[in-house]
Amino acid sequence: MAQATRAGYGETLVELLEEGVDIMAVEADLSGSTTTAKLGAADPDRLVNVGIAEQNMIGVASGLALAGKVVFTGSFAAFGTGRCYDQIRNTVCYAGLDVKVAPTHSGVTVGADGGSHQMLEDVSLMRGLPGMRVLVPADYRAAKQAVRIAATTPGPFYVRLGRAPVPDLYDADVQLELGKSYVLREGGDVTLVAAGVEVSEALKAADLLAEEGIEAEVIDVFSVKPFDKPTLLASVEKTGCVVTCEEHSTVGGLGSAVADIIGENHPVPLERVGVRDRFGTSGKPDELLHLYGLDADGIAEKARAAHARL
Amino acid sequence: MDALTPDQIAEKAQHMRVNIIKMLAAAGSGHPGGSLSAADIVAALYFGGVMDYDPADPDAPGRDRFILSKGHAAPVLYAALAEVGYIPEDELTTLRTLNSRLQGHPDSKKVPGVEVSTGSLGQGFSIAAGLALGLRLQAQEEGTTPAHVFTLTGDGELEEGQIWEAAMFAAHYKLGNLVAIVDSNNLQIDGDVADVAGLGNISAKFQAFGWRTIEVDGHDIKGIITALAAATSFDGAPVCIVARTVKGKGVSFMEGEAGWHGKAPDEEQAAAAIAELEGGC
Repeated sequence: MAQATRAGYGETLVELLEEGVDIMAVEADLSGSTTTAKLGAADPDRLVNVGIAEQNMIGVASGLALAGKVVFTGSFAAFGTGRCYDQIRNTVCYAGLDVKVAPTHSGVTVGADGGSHQMLEDVSLMRGLPGMRVLVPADYRAAKQAVRIAATTPGPFYVRLGRAPVPDLYDADVQLELGKSYVLREGGDVTLVAAGVEVSEALKAADLLAEEGIEAEVIDVFSVKPFDKPTLLASVEKTGCVVTCEEHSTVGGLGSAVADIIGENHPVPLERVGVRDRFGTSGKPDELLHLYGLDADGIAEKARAAHARL
Repeated sequence: MDALTPDQIAEKAQHMRVNIIKMLAAAGSGHPGGSLSAADIVAALYFGGVMDYDPADPDAPGRDRFILSKGHAAPVLYAALAEVGYIPEDELTTLRTLNSRLQGHPDSKKVPGVEVSTGSLGQGFSIAAGLALGLRLQAQEEGTTPAHVFTLTGDGELEEGQIWEAAMFAAHYKLGNLVAIVDSNNLQIDGDVADVAGLGNISAKFQAFGWRTIEVDGHDIKGIITALAAATSFDGAPVCIVARTVKGKGVSFMEGEAGWHGKAPDEEQAAAAIAELEGGC
């Protein structure tokens, strides 16, 4: 079955409320799209709609956090991080507040809305902030875990959520952890390090590669920051080469994080799948994944290249 | 906090001004103009008996909150916190130095009594609105009266779009426990506010956004306290107090000079400023 990661957002907020977490969401006129409307339906006082005003969304969320609330923010990733980056930096992170930035509609799989709405720099922006933790869930259940971890761990979080349905990867009772990556397929020839929707594509690429006799190990980087270095390094020590896979710019995101870690600890051939310093464009999600080389074929191609460098 | 008399508060304000000059001279950088213009407002807030807080406990539950949205006026806040007793007075001259708690702009992780870090303009005002809503929800749950949130902005700061996003929000949510005070000293770094990006009639703007407004002489302690008391007695809408002030107030060579927005006095200038301020006590 396939569900969007955003589908796990609002319903998990409601579950947390029912469990007694003093939770609120601040939304900028997109509560239906992001699914924070579900929290408002459960208790109207718990959802604050500030209108189309993302800077104030973060300011109001910060004020509510100062009053003791655990506060999630909404909007689309382009506006919910980019339009209010300074507010996230100077208020949420500098003061270390309990604000969880969790907009939806990240990446090219936003689709038809086009480049203005396809946020490809959010992980880069957010992981650069001191004190910010960055979770990039790969499926609906991982998204529910990410929202839950953000809600129950003090301090700032960024949770990257998407619009398009992605295949279910994890079991219903899965328990994921902050700071952990997960090996979803074992293999000894190349490491595919992926996050978000790219995890599914990497698993498909591993199938393609297996037909050619290349056994790929697939790692889901659920927690981009803090990053699970031991899991990554153990894998690259075994395979000797690595491909990063992200529905994001190759500048400053997962690929950069992995390059930092292996460069400092265990240099091996590295290839990166991601959007190369470009904006997105209108199209269907699968068309766009193909256009930017983010689909299984694009990943397999980079994997062959990495393996050939051994 | 028990109220002091207006004369006693005026003395506090002058003493705070002396400390502002001392700490800026020691630091060798910082913002005297907007710290001095706000001294009477901040002294009236902390000692006028309207803002309810506990000098023995900066984190007292149920306290009213003060957010200095114009964070560059940190010296006036630190001077007030020293008067209250949250920080030792002799720490003030560590301002802006390595390992000091007294950062160039207020850091709530470091200093007791600083409710939230500010410095990037427009944000404190918006945070204050969210906090006012949060305290109202808390009061609803507890069956109590919501605490008040006071925030001080500069007039130049009103050029930030986030201010007006928050102004719309505060009126829409009828945040009767929110009081904004504008330190309207008519100057910003690059010159007269009217020349840089004129604001027009500040009160009329806030009224159009659904706020109640009060205009007051920002150096008339009694008038400020009366305005604060009136603002907190209103309910159903946020209140903006537009306080007309003189940038650099109390130091004649700084008064009305945009050049003293962000420049510290040297030793000689500081001595002259302190002599004038102490003479004026």
